Amino acid sequence: MSAPISSLREPLVLGHKTYHDITEDICSPTESTPNAAWVAAFILSVTLLGLYAFCLVVTIWFGIGTWDLNRTVGWGWDITNFVWWVGIGHAGTLISAILLLFRQKWRTGVNRAAEAMTIFAVVCAGQFPLIHMGRQWLAFFIFPYPNTRGPLWVNFNSPLLWDVFAISTYLTVSLLFWYLGLVPDFATVRDRSKGLRRKIYNILCFGWTGAAKHWSRWESMALVLAGLSTPLVLSVHTIVSFDFATSVIPGWHTTIFPPYFVAGAIFSGFAMVLTLMLIARKVLNLEQYITIAHIESMNKVILLTGSIVGVAYLTELFVAWYSGYVYEQFAFFNRALGPYYWSYFGMMACNVISPQLFWKKSWRRNITLTFFMSIFINIGMWFERFVIIATTLARDYLPSSWSYYIPTWVEIGIFVGTIGLFFTLFLVFTRVAPVIAIAEIKSILKSSGDQYSDHPDYQDGPAKSDQVLQNQPS
Amino acid sequence: MANTSDSTYMEPSDDVHAEGIHAGGTPIVYGLYDDEVDLIEAVRKANADHLDIYDVYTPFPVHGLDPVMGIEESRLHIGGFVYGALGTLTAFGFMTWVFTRDWPIIFGGKPYFSAPAFIPITFELTVLFSAIGMVLSFYLICGLGPGAAEVNIDDRITDDKFCLAFSSKGIGQADRDQFADFFRSTGASETSAKVL
Repeated sequence: MSAPISSLREPLVLGHKTYHDITEDICSPTESTPNAAWVAAFILSVTLLGLYAFCLVVTIWFGIGTWDLNRTVGWGWDITNFVWWVGIGHAGTLISAILLLFRQKWRTGVNRAAEAMTIFAVVCAGQFPLIHMGRQWLAFFIFPYPNTRGPLWVNFNSPLLWDVFAISTYLTVSLLFWYLGLVPDFATVRDRSKGLRRKIYNILCFGWTGAAKHWSRWESMALVLAGLSTPLVLSVHTIVSFDFATSVIPGWHTTIFPPYFVAGAIFSGFAMVLTLMLIARKVLNLEQYITIAHIESMNKVILLTGSIVGVAYLTELFVAWYSGYVYEQFAFFNRALGPYYWSYFGMMACNVISPQLFWKKSWRRNITLTFFMSIFINIGMWFERFVIIATTLARDYLPSSWSYYIPTWVEIGIFVGTIGLFFTLFLVFTRVAPVIAIAEIKSILKSSGDQYSDHPDYQDGPAKSDQVLQNQPS
Repeated sequence: MANTSDSTYMEPSDDVHAEGIHAGGTPIVYGLYDDEVDLIEAVRKANADHLDIYDVYTPFPVHGLDPVMGIEESRLHIGGFVYGALGTLTAFGFMTWVFTRDWPIIFGGKPYFSAPAFIPITFELTVLFSAIGMVLSFYLICGLGPGAAEVNIDDRITDDKFCLAFSSKGIGQADRDQFADFFRSTGASETSAKVL
């Protein structure tokens, strides 16, 4: 059906699956009662979500004075967390849009969960600009709506407003794209169920029939949406970086920020996808769909984007020195050796040094190493944002304004709480929707299933193929 | 549901047709295939035999089916361009109006009409309008949406069966025999009849 596949390409669907097996394997987690691991994870997540709600009430009730920000450090954990979450939210659309345009078949194994992760991460990110406003009940002021104050419009020249448009567009388009893919799969779940459940899934799947004309339109829609999302996903973190780059603060005011932020976003997004997928493939028995080949591909993206980030850090240092501009030089000297030196070294170790391990093929294919790396990278990327924001602000032009900023328990609670929000949403998602795009996996089966593969490791029928699967470190 | 488990053609009962007439639905006869390659061959043969295909239902987008069925490329992307252009004009026009006519403010000594600063929002709204417009158009022209009635031919069409359906409205015994022969010769694993 498809173009010939090189025999060097590893198969992406293992275990000699039939179309029916695929349906069965991917739908069954939505049809059984959750296991103890899921329940335990859910209770933990909801508890953290409760902590989030509590800290939110404290913040709104007493004001953001509870965060211990000061006149010098006006942005602390709030914007750090915002940038961190938005960054994480970049992998999903990259996988589903850019990899679709590049015809990367391995994206079909992870795109659904990655897109879900994107949406939940953007939801978490969106909380921070809203709650750091001070008077959260006036948050709607950020939208340009006709009002009785003139009307007084928002400042369309401000990168902070560009951010409002970028994040809300990104969330909307990601949701539409994600749901478009879910519609046929919800129909599959519907057709396996009865009674009320069937009615609910018929509403969720919009009455999908699978007619040829609908599929034809669905495919051209997916392609055009991918074409639209590709510049969109690159624009979002570009605009987030403008929040800093258009300011006149040394250390922020750099033209390298947009590409460096986008690379960092993809880097951290893939790390989060790996964290989630390594757990999900085990818990939901999806090892034959999210294979070592998938993990290796993602680790290659991490190696590439991690190296771009590393080069960007070094370029910043070089340019600061080369500029001959004393304030810029001080900003970077202060980052590396100032009061927040520990966060700079955390960032360098996690983001620059650790991804270089993935030059070794056997390490890229090592699940345990990949899991720890994915956590390290997200810690490193959090440090990166903290370094950019807090260290830069803490050392003002006026030494009399210099200060040191430490978060309060409220800020820490809000950050940990958004992790609870994220995992609560993700865990609910694994129960109600197929975590792998069923229709898309079926459409690559005949080109990428192991029984159709010419790859030397997958030649001798099921026995050898199972052996390969078992030999994988887990 | 009137499915047969063996591979013999089941005569659509008169009840089905009678019910169809009363309900105002379309009676169809259909065959289920186990493989998309068989389905495409069947569609080819149906075209050669001048049989009018009612519709084809598949569990995933089958590549190579569109040209055989004569489905032309969707014009949704033209719609996408128009919606996107609307977004571009809305965003750029609105910001220009606000900053040059409705409430001009000088920001940092820049001109009122500071076009480069309008580009990010113009881009975002272009994408937003295009995506929303296209997706809504898609659901609308396909007749899909929350609350759309369930059109269920066979539960396995979203699983692993490929369905080719012909309308059987007002057909006689000779035509039914022809359909039976057709499904048998093209390798349908099951055949049946239903009113949609």
